[in-house]
Amino acid sequence: MKFGVVVFPGSNCDDDCYYVVRDLLGEEVDFIWHKETRVEGFDCLILPGGFSYGDYLRTGAIARFSPIMRAISNFAGRGGLVIGICNGFQILLESNLLPGAMMKNKNLRFICRFVNIRVENNLTPFTNLCQIGQVLKVPIAHIDGSYYADHETIGSLKENNQIIFRYCSEEGGLAQESNPNGSKDFIAGISNRQGNVLGLMPHPERASESILGSEDGRLIFESVVRAVKG
Amino acid sequence: MKEPERITLDLVRAHGLTEEEYKKIKDMLGRDPNFTELGIFSVMWSEHCSYKSSKPLLRMFPTSGENILIKAGEENAGVVDIGEGLAVVMKMESHNHPSAVEPFQGAATGVGGIIRDIFTMGARPIALLDSLRFGHLGNGRNRYLFSGVVGGIAAYGNCTGIPTVGGEVYFDETYEGNPLVNVMCVGVARRDNLVKARANGVGNPVLYVGADTGRDGLGGASFASRELTKESDKDRPAVQIGDPFKEKLLLEACLELLNTGVVVGMQDMGAAGLTSSTSETASRGNSGMRIDLSLVPRREEGMIPYELMLSESQERMLVIIKRGKERETRRVFDKWDLHAVPIGEVTDDGYLTVLDKDTRVAEIPAKFLTEDAPVYMREEREPEYLGKIKDVSISTIPEPQDYDDVLKILLASPTISSKRWVYEQYDYMIRTDTVLRPGGDAAVIRIKGTEKAIALTCDGNGRYCFLDPYEGGKIAVAEAARNVVCVGAKPLAITNCLNFGNPTKPYVFWQFRRCVEGIADACGILETPVSGGNVSFYNENPKGAIDPTPVVGMLGLIEKMDFICTPWFKKEGDLIILLGECRGEIGGSEYLQLIHGLKLGRIPRLDLERERAVQDTCLEVIRAHLVSSAHDCSEGGLAVTLAECCISNSGKERGAIIELEAFPEILSIRMDALLFGETQSRILISCHPRNFPQIQRVARRNKVPYARLGVVTGDRLTIRKIKKRVLDLSLKELGEKWRKGLSHGDD
Repeated sequence: MKFGVVVFPGSNCDDDCYYVVRDLLGEEVDFIWHKETRVEGFDCLILPGGFSYGDYLRTGAIARFSPIMRAISNFAGRGGLVIGICNGFQILLESNLLPGAMMKNKNLRFICRFVNIRVENNLTPFTNLCQIGQVLKVPIAHIDGSYYADHETIGSLKENNQIIFRYCSEEGGLAQESNPNGSKDFIAGISNRQGNVLGLMPHPERASESILGSEDGRLIFESVVRAVKG
Repeated sequence: MKEPERITLDLVRAHGLTEEEYKKIKDMLGRDPNFTELGIFSVMWSEHCSYKSSKPLLRMFPTSGENILIKAGEENAGVVDIGEGLAVVMKMESHNHPSAVEPFQGAATGVGGIIRDIFTMGARPIALLDSLRFGHLGNGRNRYLFSGVVGGIAAYGNCTGIPTVGGEVYFDETYEGNPLVNVMCVGVARRDNLVKARANGVGNPVLYVGADTGRDGLGGASFASRELTKESDKDRPAVQIGDPFKEKLLLEACLELLNTGVVVGMQDMGAAGLTSSTSETASRGNSGMRIDLSLVPRREEGMIPYELMLSESQERMLVIIKRGKERETRRVFDKWDLHAVPIGEVTDDGYLTVLDKDTRVAEIPAKFLTEDAPVYMREEREPEYLGKIKDVSISTIPEPQDYDDVLKILLASPTISSKRWVYEQYDYMIRTDTVLRPGGDAAVIRIKGTEKAIALTCDGNGRYCFLDPYEGGKIAVAEAARNVVCVGAKPLAITNCLNFGNPTKPYVFWQFRRCVEGIADACGILETPVSGGNVSFYNENPKGAIDPTPVVGMLGLIEKMDFICTPWFKKEGDLIILLGECRGEIGGSEYLQLIHGLKLGRIPRLDLERERAVQDTCLEVIRAHLVSSAHDCSEGGLAVTLAECCISNSGKERGAIIELEAFPEILSIRMDALLFGETQSRILISCHPRNFPQIQRVARRNKVPYARLGVVTGDRLTIRKIKKRVLDLSLKELGEKWRKGLSHGDD
């Protein structure tokens, strides 16, 4: 199978995602420059973290106008797998491929640390190797990561099992102390209704080797491989 | 801005040039300089660019060694060989003055400048470190400066995708009004990809790349070469505004361009902007350069040549490429949506010739601006204050009643407490190479595709240097080396940033000389040559000069990354061993300052041969996998070091019971001096009991004294002397004090 890592000006986790796919998973991967207009031949596209266009104006707000976004939208519409990590998630929100918006962290500062997230739905191509309720140790690194959506949207996310990850304690409990950025309903990651587009603030690519403190993030990439290869 | 009609002596002085310097300029040129030329001389001959006061002394530094590929001073940064065809480029620079008047942008642009210094050499920046000093946080202005600086570093570093992996923060009244912001950047390059900052090949095009030129940062180099005063706030226009997004594009575009092989030379337009980049590349290349200012992209109207030459607008580069390769070059910069405008060419007449369309606005031999800049041997005198406070006996100082309290106060002090509030605002994990995160003795960054890793740290203690600049200089190097040893790395080389007061004051210059001598001697014995550095003078506030504060950035190498050591205790039942000895040296300690409000005494003596032996011993036992942890014993002394070993691995705290009778010297040392004295050349390790005999053998072979202090156990830190309790605290309480010292519970 083949992954594509989309590179926007200002993306900076592109190399890290590429490394995980090629060197740790041993799968095929290519970078896709944002000025491209086609995404043929890929099974899964990753929109990596970073500061696309410097996050000027609003996170992801300018990147959504990059030429590649139309192709990505079509790709997702055809059921292609898309993962947006951190800034990639923010771009997916701005592109309306996922519902909701990001606000500044509750402490108004950038936060870089390992957090725990709980798998809420394992019937997705991104979590099929996880157990429901499984706690993953994965880091966050963002300043605009407090997920927000109105009451109705949250309701429909719940109803359709679109909440994929929630911030939690080491034991898997939900409490405001373990909600690092103040996200609504502890939301760390959601999917679209069809379940083929995932957005998450934590960085699974930074938790894919034991030497870096956790291998839990690999489960997400390996789930994709399993979903595609069977 | 309007050009003045004629150049008066007042105008010369306003440019920071002396009458003698102006006369020298006239003699060299054989005529009067025009206004643009006066501006060019003033920035190039400023202390910041010319090192006119420090040059003669910096020659004392050992700069060569088997690992040094490019020596300090030859290029923008020194280059260190780490094997397998790889080289490390590192440099540290100050942005103290800008940060004092505009902390966020001052610190942000400090990060930007040092990153450019690294990637212009062809190296991919892989790590940032920051050494910061502020006045006490009780003062609102200092808190504003502190949070502004940390925010600026975070905003810039995080956006560019370079992890900020380490550093240090001190709070002391000496930095009131004149904070220190020293930023270090480290890059890795393939040896054969290194690029020089020189202009060669007559007719080769000179390109202007990156952001447009504005009036920001006008004369920043001269601003940095003056003392800060009450009026310094008016100098805010001399502070540049950073655009980290543009920097990220420049970084990627330049590295991509370097891979095409069309680049002859490259230099950042940093301090003194267009002026320094053109004259320095021409001077190093023994060539000349002609540029036309009318071609320079600008974002403001009506800028005169003087302003264009002196602007310090950020995120700009000067790139000299091979003639005929313009199209390849344009393709790369177009991809990244960046300007790459030809503004001139390399010549062979030795002159920096500046045109504005058809008008010649400046014509100066490039070397007049660089090599021929004035050099001064400043007057020096041992300061009088030393006589009064150097050798004060501690017998007059009351011994504390309750050691529990003292330890808690020390751990909760902002200088010693956990720096999590700071480093969690930095993305320290990006690039997925940060094996050892901030908060330990040194950061460890692996090099993908090899078995190697590098260890990085920075260190310096202004109070030590105030009390004894020579020993303080030595200690800065020794402690930095000890820090990288504690994670399992061999110290390879240093870079430095020397922060001092006004060098024309004889006592300041004496401090400077003694510090440089101390650093030079330590680097010699520890075999860590100086790969480069930066000098920042004129760090003064209305009360006088800051404490002399040399900051040493150390690079260590881990050849084979099968074991990396961390500072915290790990296993119940492990033995706690101190390598080195306790001499009860309490002078200049954090304890005296914090508990007794005293900044005096004889600071710890550093025996460099002993230091080396302790480091060799520690490295050997780490590499032989004999130890569970290793932690440098520094500010706060033995008690603070023990506490840190117990609590610094949050969530996995380990207690300890310490029996002080392990020290034969204990009877003659006062308890406070024993617990909080900062004797050098000490490392606290823990190990499985079965490994102790082997560790003893290594220590004895290296003639290193050691003591078995106690055992890792339980959830309290207990210190006893002949079965009597000296100190006994729960880890929960210690941890809380330590964690909240800086954040005040603000998560």
